[in-house]
Amino acid sequence: MKNISFLIVGVFFGIVMAKSEAVSWFRIHEMFRFESFHMYGIIGTAVVLGALSMWVMKKTKMKTLRGTLVAYNPMKLSLKRHLLAGSVFGLGWALVGCCPGPMYVLLGSGYTIMLLVLAGATLGTFTYGLVMKYLPH
Amino acid sequence: MGLSINASSFWELISQPWHWSVSGAAIALVLALMTWMGRSFGVSTTFKAFCSAAGGGRVSDFFKMNLKDEFWRIAFAIGGVIGGYIATTFLASPEPVAISESTIEYLSGIGIAYPESDAQGIGFVPTSILNFESLKGVLIALGGGFLVGFGARYGDGCTSGHAISGLAHFQLPSLITVIGFFIGGLLMTHFIFPFLMAL
Repeated sequence: MKNISFLIVGVFFGIVMAKSEAVSWFRIHEMFRFESFHMYGIIGTAVVLGALSMWVMKKTKMKTLRGTLVAYNPMKLSLKRHLLAGSVFGLGWALVGCCPGPMYVLLGSGYTIMLLVLAGATLGTFTYGLVMKYLPH
Repeated sequence: MGLSINASSFWELISQPWHWSVSGAAIALVLALMTWMGRSFGVSTTFKAFCSAAGGGRVSDFFKMNLKDEFWRIAFAIGGVIGGYIATTFLASPEPVAISESTIEYLSGIGIAYPESDAQGIGFVPTSILNFESLKGVLIALGGGFLVGFGARYGDGCTSGHAISGLAHFQLPSLITVIGFFIGGLLMTHFIFPFLMAL
Protein backbone atom coordinates (compact mmCIF):
# COMPACT_ATOMS: atom_id res chain seq x y z
CA MET A 1 0.00 0.00 0.00
CA LYS A 2 2.89 2.35 0.83
CA ASN A 3 4.21 1.81 -2.67
CA ILE A 4 1.08 3.49 -4.04
CA SER A 5 2.25 6.79 -2.53
CA PHE A 6 5.57 6.41 -4.37
CA LEU A 7 3.64 5.67 -7.55
CA ILE A 8 1.70 8.91 -7.09
CA VAL A 9 4.89 10.95 -6.55
CA GLY A 10 6.23 9.20 -9.68
CA VAL A 11 3.19 10.30 -11.69
CA PHE A 12 3.80 13.89 -10.58
CA PHE A 13 7.50 13.54 -11.46
CA GLY A 14 6.59 12.22 -14.93
CA ILE A 15 4.22 15.11 -15.62
CA VAL A 16 6.84 17.62 -14.42
CA MET A 17 9.62 16.11 -16.56
CA ALA A 18 7.42 16.11 -19.68
CA LYS A 19 5.91 19.56 -19.19
CA SER A 20 9.31 21.07 -18.34
CA GLU A 21 10.64 19.54 -21.59
CA ALA A 22 13.58 18.10 -19.63
CA VAL A 23 12.80 14.79 -21.35
CA SER A 24 13.53 16.30 -24.76
CA TRP A 25 16.62 15.03 -26.61
CA PHE A 26 16.70 18.41 -28.33
CA ARG A 27 16.76 20.28 -25.00
CA ILE A 28 19.74 18.16 -23.88
CA HIS A 29 21.57 18.76 -27.15
CA GLU A 30 20.87 22.49 -26.84
CA MET A 31 22.15 22.42 -23.25
CA PHE A 32 25.46 20.79 -24.22
CA ARG A 33 25.80 23.41 -26.99
CA PHE A 34 25.18 26.22 -24.44
CA GLU A 35 22.49 27.67 -26.70
CA SER A 36 19.74 28.05 -24.11
CA PHE A 37 19.41 28.72 -20.40
CA HIS A 38 16.36 26.45 -20.05
CA MET A 39 17.99 23.24 -18.68
CA TYR A 40 20.46 25.18 -16.52
CA GLY A 41 17.53 27.11 -15.06
CA ILE A 42 15.67 23.89 -14.22
CA ILE A 43 18.65 22.12 -12.62
CA GLY A 44 19.84 25.30 -10.86
CA THR A 45 16.42 26.03 -9.34
CA ALA A 46 15.98 22.39 -8.30
CA VAL A 47 19.39 22.31 -6.57
CA VAL A 48 18.98 25.66 -4.76
CA LEU A 49 15.44 24.94 -3.52
CA GLY A 50 16.37 21.30 -2.84
CA ALA A 51 19.37 22.36 -0.73
CA LEU A 52 17.19 24.82 1.16
CA SER A 53 14.55 22.20 1.98
CA MET A 54 17.19 19.60 2.96
CA TRP A 55 18.82 22.20 5.22
CA VAL A 56 15.50 23.01 6.93
CA MET A 57 14.71 19.29 7.38
CA LYS A 58 18.12 18.64 8.97
CA LYS A 59 18.05 21.82 11.09
CA THR A 60 14.60 21.06 12.54
CA LYS A 61 15.62 17.37 13.01
CA MET A 62 12.46 16.42 11.18
CA LYS A 63 11.52 12.73 11.35
CA THR A 64 10.72 11.01 8.06
CA LEU A 65 7.64 8.80 7.71
CA ARG A 66 9.94 5.82 8.37
CA GLY A 67 10.99 7.38 11.66
CA THR A 68 14.54 8.20 10.57
CA LEU A 69 16.39 11.51 10.52
CA VAL A 70 17.20 13.17 7.20
CA ALA A 71 20.77 12.33 6.24
CA TYR A 72 22.84 11.55 3.17
CA ASN A 73 25.10 8.50 3.09
CA PRO A 74 28.41 10.12 2.17
CA MET A 75 30.34 8.41 -0.63
CA LYS A 76 34.05 7.83 -0.51
CA LEU A 77 35.76 10.57 -2.50
CA SER A 78 37.55 9.14 -5.51
CA LEU A 79 38.41 11.64 -8.22
CA LYS A 80 39.33 8.98 -10.77
CA ARG A 81 36.20 6.91 -10.23
CA HIS A 82 33.73 9.78 -10.27
CA LEU A 83 35.26 11.56 -13.25
CA LEU A 84 35.42 8.31 -15.24
CA ALA A 85 31.94 7.14 -14.29
CA GLY A 86 30.46 10.59 -14.87
CA SER A 87 32.08 10.83 -18.29
CA VAL A 88 30.78 7.43 -19.41
CA PHE A 89 27.31 8.44 -18.22
CA GLY A 90 27.61 11.82 -19.98
CA LEU A 91 28.53 10.19 -23.29
CA GLY A 92 25.37 8.11 -23.14
CA TRP A 93 23.20 10.95 -21.84
CA ALA A 94 24.14 13.20 -24.76
CA LEU A 95 23.68 10.37 -27.29
CA VAL A 96 20.21 9.13 -26.30
CA GLY A 97 19.27 12.56 -24.93
CA CYS A 98 17.81 11.24 -21.70
CA CYS A 99 18.92 10.07 -18.30
CA PRO A 100 17.20 7.19 -16.43
CA GLY A 101 14.15 9.12 -15.14
CA PRO A 102 13.16 10.51 -18.56
CA MET A 103 13.60 7.05 -20.16
CA TYR A 104 10.54 5.89 -18.21
CA VAL A 105 8.64 9.13 -18.83
CA LEU A 106 9.29 8.99 -22.59
CA LEU A 107 8.08 5.40 -22.70
CA GLY A 108 4.78 6.66 -21.30
CA SER A 109 4.78 9.48 -23.85
CA GLY A 110 4.59 6.83 -26.55
CA TYR A 111 8.24 6.44 -27.57
CA THR A 112 8.49 2.65 -27.63
CA ILE A 113 12.17 2.93 -28.66
CA MET A 114 12.78 3.63 -24.95
CA LEU A 115 12.27 -0.11 -24.32
CA LEU A 116 15.53 -0.62 -26.20
CA VAL A 117 17.26 2.24 -24.36
CA LEU A 118 16.10 0.78 -21.01
CA ALA A 119 17.31 -2.67 -22.11
CA GLY A 120 20.68 -1.12 -23.00
CA ALA A 121 20.86 0.58 -19.60
CA THR A 122 20.10 -2.70 -17.81
CA LEU A 123 22.74 -4.45 -19.91
CA GLY A 124 25.24 -1.70 -19.02
CA THR A 125 24.41 -2.11 -15.33
CA PHE A 126 24.85 -5.88 -15.63
CA THR A 127 28.22 -5.44 -17.38
CA TYR A 128 29.37 -3.14 -14.58
CA GLY A 129 28.55 -5.86 -12.07
CA LEU A 130 30.76 -8.27 -14.02
CA VAL A 131 33.79 -6.00 -14.49
CA MET A 132 33.64 -3.82 -11.36
CA LYS A 133 36.61 -5.57 -9.73
CA TYR A 134 38.87 -4.44 -12.58
CA LEU A 135 37.87 -0.75 -12.35
CA PRO A 136 39.44 1.93 -10.14
CA HIS A 137 37.17 2.77 -7.21
CA MET B 1 -20.65 28.53 -15.48
CA GLY B 2 -17.90 30.76 -14.20
CA LEU B 3 -16.27 27.75 -12.54
CA SER B 4 -16.18 25.72 -15.75
CA ILE B 5 -14.53 28.59 -17.63
CA ASN B 6 -11.92 28.85 -14.89
CA ALA B 7 -11.33 25.11 -14.94
CA SER B 8 -10.78 25.07 -18.69
CA SER B 9 -8.48 28.09 -18.62
CA PHE B 10 -6.50 26.40 -15.82
CA TRP B 11 -6.21 23.30 -18.01
CA GLU B 12 -5.03 25.49 -20.89
CA LEU B 13 -2.49 27.16 -18.61
CA ILE B 14 -0.89 23.91 -17.39
CA SER B 15 -0.92 22.53 -20.95
CA GLN B 16 1.60 25.21 -21.96
CA PRO B 17 5.27 24.26 -21.62
CA TRP B 18 6.25 25.03 -18.01
CA HIS B 19 8.71 27.79 -17.21
CA TRP B 20 12.11 26.55 -16.00
CA SER B 21 11.62 28.06 -12.53
CA VAL B 22 8.28 26.25 -12.05
CA SER B 23 9.83 22.99 -13.27
CA GLY B 24 12.89 23.38 -11.03
CA ALA B 25 10.70 24.08 -8.01
CA ALA B 26 8.53 21.04 -8.82
CA ILE B 27 11.64 18.78 -9.00
CA ALA B 28 12.79 20.17 -5.63
CA LEU B 29 9.33 19.27 -4.30
CA VAL B 30 9.77 15.68 -5.56
CA LEU B 31 13.13 15.51 -3.74
CA ALA B 32 11.55 16.89 -0.55
CA LEU B 33 8.60 14.45 -0.76
CA MET B 34 10.85 11.43 -1.31
CA THR B 35 13.08 12.52 1.57
CA TRP B 36 10.06 13.06 3.83
CA MET B 37 8.83 9.58 2.88
CA GLY B 38 12.19 8.28 4.09
CA ARG B 39 13.66 7.34 0.73
CA SER B 40 16.26 8.77 -1.61
CA PHE B 41 15.59 10.30 -5.01
CA GLY B 42 17.36 7.94 -7.39
CA VAL B 43 16.13 6.24 -10.53
CA SER B 44 19.07 4.29 -11.98
CA THR B 45 19.01 1.67 -9.20
CA THR B 46 15.88 0.27 -10.90
CA PHE B 47 18.25 -1.19 -13.55
CA LYS B 48 20.21 -2.96 -10.81
CA ALA B 49 16.93 -4.34 -9.47
CA PHE B 50 16.09 -5.71 -12.97
CA CYS B 51 19.51 -7.44 -13.10
CA SER B 52 18.87 -8.91 -9.68
CA ALA B 53 15.37 -10.08 -10.64
CA ALA B 54 16.82 -11.75 -13.74
CA GLY B 55 19.13 -13.82 -11.54
CA GLY B 56 22.22 -11.59 -11.73
CA GLY B 57 23.10 -12.59 -8.17
CA ARG B 58 24.33 -15.93 -9.51
CA VAL B 59 27.14 -14.27 -11.50
CA SER B 60 28.00 -11.32 -9.27
CA ASP B 61 27.45 -10.62 -5.59
CA PHE B 62 26.80 -7.02 -6.64
CA PHE B 63 23.30 -8.08 -7.70
CA LYS B 64 22.49 -9.92 -4.48
CA MET B 65 19.87 -7.69 -2.95
CA ASN B 66 16.50 -7.89 -1.25
CA LEU B 67 14.16 -7.03 -4.12
CA LYS B 68 11.30 -6.25 -1.73
CA ASP B 69 13.31 -3.22 -0.55
CA GLU B 70 13.23 -1.83 -4.09
CA PHE B 71 9.48 -2.09 -4.75
CA TRP B 72 8.98 1.57 -3.81
CA ARG B 73 11.55 2.57 -6.43
CA ILE B 74 9.91 0.44 -9.13
CA ALA B 75 6.55 1.98 -8.16
CA PHE B 76 8.08 5.44 -8.60
CA ALA B 77 9.39 4.51 -12.07
CA ILE B 78 6.00 3.07 -13.12
CA GLY B 79 4.48 6.34 -11.90
CA GLY B 80 6.91 8.14 -14.22
CA VAL B 81 5.61 6.14 -17.19
CA ILE B 82 2.00 7.00 -16.26
CA GLY B 83 2.95 10.67 -15.78
CA GLY B 84 4.54 10.74 -19.22
CA TYR B 85 1.35 9.31 -20.68
CA ILE B 86 -0.86 11.84 -18.90
CA ALA B 87 1.35 14.79 -19.91
CA THR B 88 1.35 13.94 -23.60
CA THR B 89 -2.24 12.70 -23.82
CA PHE B 90 -4.20 15.17 -21.70
CA LEU B 91 -1.79 18.06 -21.21
CA ALA B 92 -0.11 18.17 -24.62
CA SER B 93 1.62 21.45 -25.48
CA PRO B 94 0.11 23.27 -28.46
CA GLU B 95 3.53 23.60 -30.15
CA PRO B 96 6.64 21.38 -30.43
CA VAL B 97 9.43 22.08 -27.90
CA ALA B 98 10.72 25.61 -28.61
CA ILE B 99 14.46 24.99 -28.83
CA SER B 100 16.72 27.87 -29.85
CA GLU B 101 17.05 28.95 -33.48
CA SER B 102 20.80 28.37 -33.41
CA THR B 103 20.35 24.74 -32.33
CA ILE B 104 17.75 24.18 -35.07
CA GLU B 105 20.11 25.67 -37.63
CA TYR B 106 23.08 23.61 -36.45
CA LEU B 107 21.05 20.38 -36.43
CA SER B 108 19.77 20.95 -39.96
CA GLY B 109 23.40 21.38 -41.00
CA ILE B 110 24.21 17.84 -39.82
CA GLY B 111 21.07 16.42 -41.43
CA ILE B 112 18.55 16.57 -38.59
CA ALA B 113 15.46 18.56 -39.51
CA TYR B 114 13.52 19.95 -36.55
CA PRO B 115 10.81 19.08 -35.58
CA GLU B 116 10.28 16.69 -38.53
CA SER B 117 13.01 14.36 -37.22
CA ASP B 118 10.58 13.41 -34.43
CA ALA B 119 7.83 11.19 -35.86
CA GLN B 120 5.46 12.43 -33.13
CA GLY B 121 6.28 16.05 -33.97
CA ILE B 122 6.39 17.12 -30.32
CA GLY B 123 10.15 17.50 -30.11
CA PHE B 124 10.92 14.87 -27.47
CA VAL B 125 12.98 12.25 -29.35
CA PRO B 126 14.57 12.33 -32.82
CA THR B 127 13.03 9.07 -34.04
CA SER B 128 14.97 9.53 -37.29
CA ILE B 129 18.09 8.69 -35.23
CA LEU B 130 16.71 6.42 -32.48
CA ASN B 131 14.43 3.80 -34.01
CA PHE B 132 13.73 0.10 -34.54
CA GLU B 133 13.77 0.47 -38.33
CA SER B 134 17.50 0.74 -38.99
CA LEU B 135 20.54 -1.05 -37.58
CA LYS B 136 22.08 2.34 -36.80
CA GLY B 137 18.93 3.40 -34.92
CA VAL B 138 18.96 0.21 -32.85
CA LEU B 139 22.69 0.45 -32.10
CA ILE B 140 22.47 4.10 -31.00
CA ALA B 141 19.52 3.38 -28.68
CA LEU B 142 21.11 0.26 -27.22
CA GLY B 143 24.66 1.68 -27.05
CA GLY B 144 23.62 5.00 -25.54
CA GLY B 145 21.48 3.22 -22.98
CA PHE B 146 24.41 0.91 -22.19
CA LEU B 147 26.72 3.88 -21.46
CA VAL B 148 24.08 5.49 -19.22
CA GLY B 149 23.50 2.27 -17.28
CA PHE B 150 27.19 1.44 -16.93
CA GLY B 151 28.20 4.99 -15.94
CA ALA B 152 25.33 5.40 -13.48
CA ARG B 153 26.22 2.20 -11.61
CA TYR B 154 29.98 2.85 -11.70
CA GLY B 155 29.42 6.33 -10.27
CA ASP B 156 26.67 5.03 -7.95
CA GLY B 157 24.03 7.44 -9.20
CA CYS B 158 22.54 9.30 -12.15
CA THR B 159 21.18 12.81 -12.62
CA SER B 160 18.55 12.52 -9.89
CA GLY B 161 20.95 10.99 -7.37
CA HIS B 162 24.03 13.15 -8.02
CA ALA B 163 23.02 16.35 -9.85
CA ILE B 164 19.89 16.91 -7.73
CA SER B 165 20.09 15.04 -4.37
CA GLY B 166 23.88 14.92 -4.08
CA LEU B 167 24.38 18.59 -4.88
CA ALA B 168 21.46 19.56 -2.60
CA HIS B 169 23.36 17.77 0.21
CA PHE B 170 26.64 19.52 -0.80
CA GLN B 171 28.43 16.27 -1.63
CA LEU B 172 31.83 16.74 -3.28
CA PRO B 173 31.78 13.29 -5.01
CA SER B 174 28.47 14.33 -6.61
CA LEU B 175 29.96 17.59 -7.88
CA ILE B 176 32.87 15.68 -9.44
CA THR B 177 30.43 13.21 -11.02
CA VAL B 178 28.40 16.10 -12.49
CA ILE B 179 31.62 17.57 -13.93
CA GLY B 180 32.16 14.12 -15.46
CA PHE B 181 28.62 14.22 -16.93
CA PHE B 182 29.64 17.39 -18.74
CA ILE B 183 33.02 16.08 -19.91
CA GLY B 184 31.27 13.10 -21.52
CA GLY B 185 28.29 15.12 -22.75
CA LEU B 186 30.40 17.83 -24.38
CA LEU B 187 32.65 15.21 -26.00
CA MET B 188 29.63 13.41 -27.44
CA THR B 189 27.72 16.51 -28.57
CA HIS B 190 30.64 18.36 -30.17
CA PHE B 191 32.87 15.58 -31.52
CA ILE B 192 31.44 12.06 -31.55
CA PHE B 193 27.80 12.78 -32.46
CA PRO B 194 28.55 14.87 -35.61
CA PHE B 195 30.94 12.08 -36.65
CA LEU B 196 28.22 9.42 -36.10
CA MET B 197 25.78 11.46 -38.17
CA ALA B 198 28.28 11.70 -41.02
CA LEU B 199 28.66 7.89 -41.16
